[in-house]
Amino acid sequence: MSGSNGQHERQLERVTIRFAGDSGDGMQLTGTQFTRNAAIFGNDISTFPDFPAEIRAPAGSLPGVSGFQLSFSSTEIHTPGDAPDVLVAMNPAALKANLGELPPGGALVVNEDAFTTQNLTKVGYASNPLTDGSLKQWNVFPVPISTLNSRALEGIGLTNKQVDLTKNFFALGLMFWLYERSMDGTLKWIEEKFSKRPEIAEGNRRALKAGYNFGETTELFHERYIVPPAKLAPGTYRNITGNEATALGFVAASQLAKRTLFYGSYPITPASDILHQLASYKNFGVRTFQAEDEIAAIGAAIGAAYGGAMGMTGTSGPGIALKSEAIGLAIMVELPLVVIDVQRAGPSTGMPTKTEQADLLQVMFGRNSDSPLAIVAPATPGECFQYAIEAWRLALKYMTPVAFLSDAFLATGAEPWPIPRIEDLPSIEVSNRTEAKGFYPYARDERTLARPWAVPGTPGLEHRIGGLEKADILGNVSYDPDNHDRMQRLRQAKIAGIASDIPPLDVHGPAEGDLLILGWGSSYGAIRSAVERLQGEGHSVAHAHLRHLNPFPANTGEVVRSFRKVLIPELNLGQLLMLVRSRYLVDAVGYNKVRGKPFRIAEIEDEARRLLGGRASKASKATPEAVAVGAGGASEGGG
Amino acid sequence: MADTNGATTKSATTNGAKPAAPAGAPNELAAANELPVLTRKDFVSDQEVRWCPGCGDYSILAQTQKVMPDFGYPKENIVFISGIGCSGRLPYYMNTYGFHTIHGRAPAIATGLKATRPDLMVWVITGDGDALSIGGNHLIHTLRRNVDVRIVMFNNRIYGLTKGQASPTSELGKVTKSTPYGTVDYPVSPLAIALAAEATFIARSVDTHTEHMQQTLDRAGRHRGGAFVEVLQNCNIFNDGAHREFTDREVRDDRTLVLEHGKPMIFGKDRDRGIRLHGHEPEIVTIGQDGITEADLLVHDETDPLIAYMLAHIYWPQFPVPVGVIRSIDKPTHDQMLVEQLEQATAARGQGDLRKLLNAGETWTVTR
Repeated sequence: MSGSNGQHERQLERVTIRFAGDSGDGMQLTGTQFTRNAAIFGNDISTFPDFPAEIRAPAGSLPGVSGFQLSFSSTEIHTPGDAPDVLVAMNPAALKANLGELPPGGALVVNEDAFTTQNLTKVGYASNPLTDGSLKQWNVFPVPISTLNSRALEGIGLTNKQVDLTKNFFALGLMFWLYERSMDGTLKWIEEKFSKRPEIAEGNRRALKAGYNFGETTELFHERYIVPPAKLAPGTYRNITGNEATALGFVAASQLAKRTLFYGSYPITPASDILHQLASYKNFGVRTFQAEDEIAAIGAAIGAAYGGAMGMTGTSGPGIALKSEAIGLAIMVELPLVVIDVQRAGPSTGMPTKTEQADLLQVMFGRNSDSPLAIVAPATPGECFQYAIEAWRLALKYMTPVAFLSDAFLATGAEPWPIPRIEDLPSIEVSNRTEAKGFYPYARDERTLARPWAVPGTPGLEHRIGGLEKADILGNVSYDPDNHDRMQRLRQAKIAGIASDIPPLDVHGPAEGDLLILGWGSSYGAIRSAVERLQGEGHSVAHAHLRHLNPFPANTGEVVRSFRKVLIPELNLGQLLMLVRSRYLVDAVGYNKVRGKPFRIAEIEDEARRLLGGRASKASKATPEAVAVGAGGASEGGG
Repeated sequence: MADTNGATTKSATTNGAKPAAPAGAPNELAAANELPVLTRKDFVSDQEVRWCPGCGDYSILAQTQKVMPDFGYPKENIVFISGIGCSGRLPYYMNTYGFHTIHGRAPAIATGLKATRPDLMVWVITGDGDALSIGGNHLIHTLRRNVDVRIVMFNNRIYGLTKGQASPTSELGKVTKSTPYGTVDYPVSPLAIALAAEATFIARSVDTHTEHMQQTLDRAGRHRGGAFVEVLQNCNIFNDGAHREFTDREVRDDRTLVLEHGKPMIFGKDRDRGIRLHGHEPEIVTIGQDGITEADLLVHDETDPLIAYMLAHIYWPQFPVPVGVIRSIDKPTHDQMLVEQLEQATAARGQGDLRKLLNAGETWTVTR
């Protein structure tokens, strides 16, 4: 086939693009626009926004580099891609920070105007890589983006700075042309976004079109690429991030339970978007409260729960640390509560915008005494919706706090989401005790061991609860040794009993065999892809992914004992590993990475092969950077 | 759809009795709503009170139980929330709903309760350590938000439950178990903190001045918005005589200034002394001396922030200790504004439709 300018057209199954620039260059927006386009076009998509914590780190510096990687495909995909096929680098810093992850032969589109002596020196380039021959192993496309863009915007009355801010849309337009994408969606977005600032809208429109037209007229590119729509399961889809799905899931839970949702939260990366989104759902009766601190946020949520509402709080790891005592209170008074932890790299402030799965033991054990709660962990952005509802089902049914473990990768990553039908959503039954006769605050439901939820305003049920140990059944303060022993065991048994109320651990692959890869949370995609490759080669490998982490599904022991080897990849130093080994006495091994980045498929694949006694895969050899993970580590200055 | 809190929640109009009944009209609202007339006894729980014999807390509990019927709330709509410390046990002794929470956090828990249940009358019981030290932040923010809760702080200037360490209100140099050489920490003025937080109601009373405490609690109970009441309380075990110098029967008339809105600031057994402003400095004057008459005295105005500032900062021994309502103003409350926002959003956008919400934005349909 031939393109409009004589370029060849080539059909590809999957393409991974990484946009990289200064954190003020609008790379997140550029990536998001391309993602929307691909999603609506019908591709399967997966994204990985990777940005520093600084809102505007010094321009042109390595710590200021912001990246957005997206993979779009004509087949089903589970990850944003191990390595980009195309790197769009808006300046030398972006090039330097990301080049290490671009495989040889990969396409490199650079804004050559930004390669000034000053910008080169700033990041330690002694000579210009565009001209010194050091980029020979890549397919370099130098484009004077700034110059061409300024020319396109001449005469519309924007300042130089305003013009400069639109150059990301030039790059986007060029990518749209390269992958034969329609600009309509983005043009419509520009019109709506800047409806009150027509000159800015015009600037962005021109920039986008100029980029597109540059592709059309230049002879720089010899090929254009088509990635056909994927064969997704029938249904209506939207593009969704984990945080969006989380917020929607909690509104849905509130509607299903017919209860007021109260969300107390203190701003913290990467959880704040949940607060922002829930704050806009006032016509759903959602009450949000931006508290003075993390403790007040959960305190208010507990107060709301005490009054009969669905009290919820959300934060990241450092906030969980602050909320620990209050979580213990909720355990003691046995009120329903959901605590969202959008995990990030730690300890302490750590790397706020970078992902990690290292709060599992914190939410599991990070309180004084034995203080069990239920834990759920969605595996994909879309699943955040489903597990938000599940968290509330458990909290309300068992009168217990439930931790909802998301992470930065899930929170900001996007995928196409089949919108569920309302009638397919699970029902959430909830009732309050109103009968005064025979009421005891700590009398338990025989099956669930839940105590009654008697809320203020109910005549005849006036009673007192608190953090002091409670006498079984009566609920009065008690220091009786037998009573404390009994209550500790009851609290434990209540949570353990949830195991009979959740689905068994599903095994993808053979029910027994050489190797089980057991995961949890956002590493789902990389594990599943690696397992599918290995299974395709005939290996006896299976994947099981835990969504309930406390209690574990009832068959977990049976599953892990059915394989000769068990591999547990985690973005921590072995937390699920510790739980599984101690609980089931199996010699599981960990594969652990804490680089603030999600797993690559090849990393897990290689480790699996090693355990299977084989060599590294061909696939992983094709992307040698998978071994030298995060060669662009110098860019990760988030703090 | 999801705006009910439970089967037993009644609407704010029936249960959220506006505590606007004039003082001295006990049970007026209760009568209007045909609720049984309650007495002090109805508010006494079946739990044995376990404070030390002679503790000032007994009196505060008794006065609290005594004023409760005045507000016209059915007792199931009254909630007492406390933190940690001796004061924290009070909810166990009230036959209402009660929640003994964790150290310093009661105001935060009350805020969440009130945000979802504006129909309830919520009291927070706290102490000087609980409210001003570990929970200082929540106290400030609950007051600045004008959350409709009444915070009663027992101030005995010591940590009692932990057996006698210095508290944020302990006087400089105080020798305690944790400060054998005396504290090197200046004390904080609770009222000044409340004022800095722009509390809409600020008052002070004394555990042994039972009638005055009833009046003060009554005013606090009728206030709509965040009310802060400091009760000067004696800890006869770890800080006996904490406020004796100005609260003992023989000296209290001379050493406290009982405030009344619209009345000149007069004190003394013989009602012959008063507070006058000299420039912007308060001074003690004697009526009848140097031609001074009542007309020269400062007239208390509960709505005047400068008077409140002055009253929050004068103290024995330089001045008589002001007791009574220091400040009382009207401002929309947090829960009121929160509910109004929901109503406005619902009026503007219609009742939320989950199906529409899930299908919002750009969607596409796969039919194959």
